[in-house]
Amino acid sequence: MARPSKEERKISIMTKALELFSKEGFYQTTMPSIAERIGMSVGNLYNYFTSKEMLAKELILFIANMLGEEIRRINESTLDTEGKIRAIVHMYFKIAQERPETIEYFLRVYLSNREVFREGCEGMICVSAFVTELMIFFEEGVRSGELRDQDFFSAFGLFMGYLGGMVFLNGEKILPNALESYETSIAENIYNALKTR
Amino acid sequence: MPSKPAKLQIIWLQGITCNGNTHSFLNDSALGTLLQDVQFLHHPILPSALTLRELVSKLPKSDILIVEGAYEAGFERAGMRMDKLLSALASKTKHIISMGSCASFGGIFKESSPDTISGILFDKTKASGPLRGMREKVITLSGCPAHPEWLSFVINMIRCGKTIKLDEYRRPKELYAFTVHNGCLRNEYFEWKVDSGHFGTKEGCLFYVQGCQGPFTHGSCNKILWNGVSSKTRAGTPCLGCTEPTFPKTELFSTKTYMSIPAEMPLGVPKRSYLALAGAAKSFHIKRLEERLIDDNA
Repeated sequence: MARPSKEERKISIMTKALELFSKEGFYQTTMPSIAERIGMSVGNLYNYFTSKEMLAKELILFIANMLGEEIRRINESTLDTEGKIRAIVHMYFKIAQERPETIEYFLRVYLSNREVFREGCEGMICVSAFVTELMIFFEEGVRSGELRDQDFFSAFGLFMGYLGGMVFLNGEKILPNALESYETSIAENIYNALKTR
Repeated sequence: MPSKPAKLQIIWLQGITCNGNTHSFLNDSALGTLLQDVQFLHHPILPSALTLRELVSKLPKSDILIVEGAYEAGFERAGMRMDKLLSALASKTKHIISMGSCASFGGIFKESSPDTISGILFDKTKASGPLRGMREKVITLSGCPAHPEWLSFVINMIRCGKTIKLDEYRRPKELYAFTVHNGCLRNEYFEWKVDSGHFGTKEGCLFYVQGCQGPFTHGSCNKILWNGVSSKTRAGTPCLGCTEPTFPKTELFSTKTYMSIPAEMPLGVPKRSYLALAGAAKSFHIKRLEERLIDDNA
């Protein structure tokens, strides 16, 4: 059997590290604990990532690119803006259910430990792929007359803050019903809040 | 001794105009030199061989016909309708220059009667003007007004028998291939997405709020300066996009945005690429660029 390439090995390290970071948090997770989980020596792990911070930045880039790619597909679809909101909510909750570690990492590591990401991930640089697609979504919604023109961050906060909050409540097992059962009403609320009056 | 080549014979014909291009041309610092090599058979202000009435009655041949002002078939000059006058003079000349945005695309005067007023070759973007059959003769010098050196450049190129490369609107590429953004002293602020916030200041970019159209307007205003010293953006006021067939737009002093995102992207830049780059640039705060460099109140 062929040995995995360096890139494949890197992805498998990132997958395991993502699980650990999202469960244990950034500071509780150490390079030795990651190495142990993968079954490789700590020294070898440093051949792939020169520091824990570097690994953490690679992870947020990876997640932002993945989410960006998903939203890009929705942006390029023929759905109207209301349909796109439904699709984005569905996609986000689906990922939160199927790959909870990605959204957990976003909320509990990236957003909660900004000091780790200060250098090299200034502002929105490391989540640019994701934010850019949302900018395009909003811009096209206003251009088509379906959404009300307003400051980007007002709309962005309403949309993503809402979704992040629901995933957080779901993670804390506070929601009485399954996350997906809220999709329709949440999408409707977002559309009603943002649509042209 | 070889005899001096004959002077180029030029007719300057006005349609519906504010005389802006006539006055702009008088600001050409090399006008004296140019006038040694050309002769105006008719010009509305400069001394010339024929008055307007004589021009209309003789309809002479010329080397260059310069048309200033918008076209309307029934508009009369010295008793002759413009459709007859323009067609007669155009058919007897070797080169035609549409001087300024009104002659080129309809410009501001077209706003008063969009269905009947146009440029001489183009009606906004459509090549449906009265001289469409003589397209190959026409050189477009759009601008409100056109820079005097743009005209003297074209006259000299014709005089020297040089080929002038033209764009899709028949504007000389030498003058219009770049955007007004090229050469703008505010480019450092554009790079880092730092807005000017005010008109008339030396600092900041005017693209984000103040309506500057420089990044998507063809022209050399920041390369061939006005009166040799200035341009709109250098003076702290936005480029109004006056060289484009879309001129004039409305709300010229504010940037049209959709959810804080500029409605028009820099020329040729895909929206996705622009937003990714702009988002990255905005993530950094460059203190030097965010404060006044020369603060009279400090």
